[in-house]
Amino acid sequence: MTPSDAAERLLQTAEGVTLRLRLAGRGTRLGALLLDLALQGLVLGALALALLGIARGLGGGKAAGGALQALFVLWLLASFVLRNAWFLGFELGPRGATPGKRMLGLRIATRDGSRLTADRVLARNLLREVELSAPLAVPGLLGTSGGAHGLGWSMAAGLAWLVLFAGLPLFNRDRLRPGDIVAGTWVVEAPHRRLAAALSVPQGPAGGPYRFSAAELAAYGEYELGVLEKVLREGAPAPMAAVAGAIAARIGWHPPADAEEIHAFLLAYYTQLRGRLEAGMQLGHRRASKHAPPR
Amino acid sequence: MKAFWRDLAARWRAGAPAVPEGWQASLGSDRFRLAREADWARLERIVGLLEKGRPRAIADADLLALPGLYRQAASALAVARGTMLDAAVQAYLEALVQRAWFQLYGPNIGLGGWLAGFLAGGWPRAVRALAVDIAICLIVLALGTAVGWLLCAADPQWFGALVGDMAQGRNPAASPAALRATLFGHTQESGLSVLAAYLFGHNAQIALLEFALGFVVGVPSLLLLVQNAALLGAFLWLFAGAGLLPEAAGWLAVHGTTELFALVLAAAAGLHMGRAVAFPGRAGVLEAVSAAGRRAALVMLGVVAMLFVAGLLEGFARQLIEPTAARMALGGLMLVLWLAYFGLVGRGGEAP
Repeated sequence: MTPSDAAERLLQTAEGVTLRLRLAGRGTRLGALLLDLALQGLVLGALALALLGIARGLGGGKAAGGALQALFVLWLLASFVLRNAWFLGFELGPRGATPGKRMLGLRIATRDGSRLTADRVLARNLLREVELSAPLAVPGLLGTSGGAHGLGWSMAAGLAWLVLFAGLPLFNRDRLRPGDIVAGTWVVEAPHRRLAAALSVPQGPAGGPYRFSAAELAAYGEYELGVLEKVLREGAPAPMAAVAGAIAARIGWHPPADAEEIHAFLLAYYTQLRGRLEAGMQLGHRRASKHAPPR
Repeated sequence: MKAFWRDLAARWRAGAPAVPEGWQASLGSDRFRLAREADWARLERIVGLLEKGRPRAIADADLLALPGLYRQAASALAVARGTMLDAAVQAYLEALVQRAWFQLYGPNIGLGGWLAGFLAGGWPRAVRALAVDIAICLIVLALGTAVGWLLCAADPQWFGALVGDMAQGRNPAASPAALRATLFGHTQESGLSVLAAYLFGHNAQIALLEFALGFVVGVPSLLLLVQNAALLGAFLWLFAGAGLLPEAAGWLAVHGTTELFALVLAAAAGLHMGRAVAFPGRAGVLEAVSAAGRRAALVMLGVVAMLFVAGLLEGFARQLIEPTAARMALGGLMLVLWLAYFGLVGRGGEAP
């Protein structure tokens, strides 16, 4: 099995089944990060409001001063813990994703298909510092010594840093950020699909009133079958009519007239075409599309 | 965008409608699917509960059946790829097997259990695995301190350059009495807990930065360590000039043995990772960095814990304990405790 496009990676499970993983898009990942930061901000803001409410309830006095201090300490510690444990705690959870990633349908996985361990999650999130905070900290570290002139340089250094490290996912095939490289992980899409209805069920064994000959079924291949399945499942009238017209023209039939007829015609053609192609598969004959020669 | 909303809605909807009694699929591949879809739905339900973090809600029979159901679904996926042209079923199975695989081969330990193992041996083992880097960083710390001292001794102008705005009135022009006042007499100070919390957050972010910078071949980690060491040297020089060296050492020792130890470990973790970038050895760069990074990350989590302790010592103990001898004793005790912990705990286990 080979990957079908640049974003697909294959993962061999212990059972010998190859799974197809899709790398998460770079924009989606940025969106997930922004969502996470926004959620963190919301939590911290709510906490601050709650603590302020408590502080207001305390009133004045010396004892209240001590309590106020304790509240402030609580907030400082909470912001540190939230900032550093948010990604860690959620990514160690059973979904392997922070709330932002989960909302956008992403999760993290190891690149070599091994178990996702705590130290990997730890490593990938500690490195977040190099990407997010360092560009902001570099001007602070360098800027103390050089005055306004130095500040300009350190801003440039921070910008270069940002391009190099925060932009690292743009420069490699697997879209790894430094944390992913160090931890041996990557971010993939976490597909979540429901099982669609079986299309061949409602017609009974005969396939309805329509019967197509072998030559008529030889007009199309697997690709067209896939398109037909999609059109049938979506069930929009205009594409169904267009597809029915195209099939009828190609196999030399009169195009079906009303919506009900179109649906029955397409369903019958789909079922019989699939039956023929699947029977071929059993014998090792596959036909990718109508352009491939029929067997 | 439309597809996004449709996908989002699909997450909350139920599965395919049940096939009415007595109906027959006309295709063999659909019959294959109908015969198995109840098992797939059962697997999906179990996996869904695992994903929600509610393994206790799974019936015992379901839990026992889980590995079998997973293998069945995986083999059905392989069969479907070879015999079935229903794209929807293939996509469903692909997603289902993937989800089940992530659950079965996901992290098999919660944060709590992992932390316990970490404290009981994982952390000291990771620290011992970085022995070479720690030795290098200790030498750098000593050299940096000496350089800071010697620079200031040669030309007091250096003090301002090294310390910058962290001096807060502690400068070569200050009188010994004023310097002494910065070391003692804060017992009545209010807001100690705020100070402790602030110092912890500040130091922890610096340590994390020191580690993260190790990614750049380790050089910035060492530079940051040298900078901090030179700062230390400059301070010691200043107080030595006023005849206050033992007192200043005591003032530093309370939290310094823990905090400097933590900073050395952070720099060593950065250096460890940097060495893997520069000299990956026989493994590829990516594998080498990833192995070193995971070891170093373990050490770093411990560093954050150490800095928390250091913040408490700095914020409370230093302000509440005045005699230099008691300060020295506390600092020394902490150092011995850390050395014993890193040297002796978890010797039996496997090095990370």
